[in-house]
Amino acid sequence: MMLAAAILIPMATAVLCLMLRRRAAVARLVSLAGAVALLIASVLLLVTVLQGGPVAAQMGGWPAPFGITLVADLLSAAMVLITGIVAVAVAVYGLADVTRNEERRGHHTLTQALLAGVCGAFLTGDMFNLYVWFEVMLIASFGLLVIGGGKAQIDGAVKYVGLNLIATLAFLTGVGLLYGATGTLNMADLHGIVPGRQDEVAILGAAALLLFAFGAKAAMFPVFFWLPAAYHTPSVTTSALFAALLTKVGVYALLRVFTLVFDAGHPSIQAVLLVGACLTMAVGVLGAAAQNGIRRILSFHIISQIGYMVVGLAIYTPLAIVGGIFYLFHHIVVKANLFLIGGLIARRTGSEDLDRIGGLWAARPWLGVLFLIPALSLAGIPPLSGFWAKLLIVQASLEAELYIVAAVALVVGLLTIFSMSKIWLEAFWKEAPAGTPAATGTVPALGAAATAALLTPALALAAITVVIGLMPGPFFDAAQVAADHLVTPDAYVRAVLGGASP
Amino acid sequence: MNSLILTTATRALAPLLLVFSVYILLRGHNEPGGGFIGGLVAATAFALLEKAEGVARARRLLRLRPLTVAALGLGAALLAGLWGAVAKGHVLAGVWPLIEKTADGGKSGLPVGSVLLFDVGVYLVVVGAVCGVLFALEEAATALECEPDEGGAGRGGGAPKTIDQTMDRTIDRTVDGGDR
Repeated sequence: MMLAAAILIPMATAVLCLMLRRRAAVARLVSLAGAVALLIASVLLLVTVLQGGPVAAQMGGWPAPFGITLVADLLSAAMVLITGIVAVAVAVYGLADVTRNEERRGHHTLTQALLAGVCGAFLTGDMFNLYVWFEVMLIASFGLLVIGGGKAQIDGAVKYVGLNLIATLAFLTGVGLLYGATGTLNMADLHGIVPGRQDEVAILGAAALLLFAFGAKAAMFPVFFWLPAAYHTPSVTTSALFAALLTKVGVYALLRVFTLVFDAGHPSIQAVLLVGACLTMAVGVLGAAAQNGIRRILSFHIISQIGYMVVGLAIYTPLAIVGGIFYLFHHIVVKANLFLIGGLIARRTGSEDLDRIGGLWAARPWLGVLFLIPALSLAGIPPLSGFWAKLLIVQASLEAELYIVAAVALVVGLLTIFSMSKIWLEAFWKEAPAGTPAATGTVPALGAAATAALLTPALALAAITVVIGLMPGPFFDAAQVAADHLVTPDAYVRAVLGGASP
Repeated sequence: MNSLILTTATRALAPLLLVFSVYILLRGHNEPGGGFIGGLVAATAFALLEKAEGVARARRLLRLRPLTVAALGLGAALLAGLWGAVAKGHVLAGVWPLIEKTADGGKSGLPVGSVLLFDVGVYLVVVGAVCGVLFALEEAATALECEPDEGGAGRGGGAPKTIDQTMDRTIDRTVDGGDR
């Protein structure tokens, strides 16, 4: 029941918001209450998993591997927790950011449906069910992209849906192949069947298709085009939600499926992952250098950061997986925050185009400090969270004697600093260009309530970043336990299949 | 659309399709069929009505706004899941309040319970979602065909001038269900 709660709460909230879609003020509060309830449920789930190890629930009472299993090990539970944190942050920010028009068109319903899909993907123990949650996410995110209604939104959404549909089709084909070859789709069951058969054409083919599908969802090179095409078009609230969670579900699926079911250490899979991840890091950061809008720059940085997480899986040593998981947590918090602060900058200056803004350091120094925390963390400056994440990845690649990977990771880190300092120089230090709203002082002022709603989530997320940075110990330990669950999933398998573990 | 053949045929076909859709829904319990395909058949009936007699009439016949139908369906499915959780301890477990075990170990009674409620939910979601999209697209197409100088005031009245406006209005219609 506790497992299903993380899915049922956002789903029930979605239904309520859909019923209340004509009463924007009530729907807004219901949505916020749903996000808080999700956060509480996710904390309870994490506590349970920390105390008793992986837990599983059989939907409809059908025993695994015949029914659909929901299962949470530490990685899943932590991902759900961070989903809850982001959900609350985004809901609070949305109080002052989402327009009435978007609310009337179902912003809250779609957001909650998206959260249900994300939590479902994190919690399911079944390959086909994972596909279903991906679809739920895709449909909800498509809706969120178009409710703004402009031409740019529709243009972004078409590219987004186009590539994602291809990925989904590959996912479904891979799942079909896997089922044909093994006769089961329960991940714990597959864990007992697939190893040793990984050189069979059907299994390797399924692995390749799933790798493509998850890679596209995670925006890996060369299938990342949908992300920069779409992420800067919707409201800031929505793009922060997307930036925090959507690609990370792809990374989570890679981590889960390519440790539990397939073996990422298989030479051909590992080669693809390593090369793909390094190119993803490099291409993302180079793409960002060419951009001039804040959210566009940040979108390309998501891609580059995805490379770091996948590299953690690709190196496939225990330390590297710990690094990947640590990176995943740190990145969700930092990236959501950067999008929220990017929105704040746009609110204070009237634009998010770097050519049209400036002078913020003089006008709002505290906003500058607030921006620097996640920005420097993203670039990997000590003592912020990103430093530890990058350190783990680089150390793991050096230990595995993959010096090129380590070099790429370090150079990309440097280039990330370049991008962040570009935003810093243009938005904060430069004088506001003449004639723009920022220079003439015609930017619409924010009320006190709106300022509080916009600032609080950014402050809270920045505080999390600083805490992870100053006390990485507990988080590192947790990542280590989560990685242990992934590498030796005995407890996971026992939780799902009962005592009869292989 | 003004076609005598279509209107006449629809009058016979639409009720037939609706009854058949319920049959498919119920049959789905143990045989091919179920809420999804039943919902699609029912949506076909409304599509026919909308083509033959206009969107306004089809909306009236559906009575509720399409998205409200979908929301009710999603709620019903959710309740079915919770019902199982409360009664049997497993989310989505089947609950059969009207079935009793007979003395000889068999079962008798009406197989109506949480599973049917779930299927009805799916049926409603499909009907609501398909009708919502279909009606809104039809209205957008009609609005585009209108002459611009017809334009009345207010949202939904008058012809949109640009593709942007058309898209805007289509989205609004999907959400609002033609409520002016």
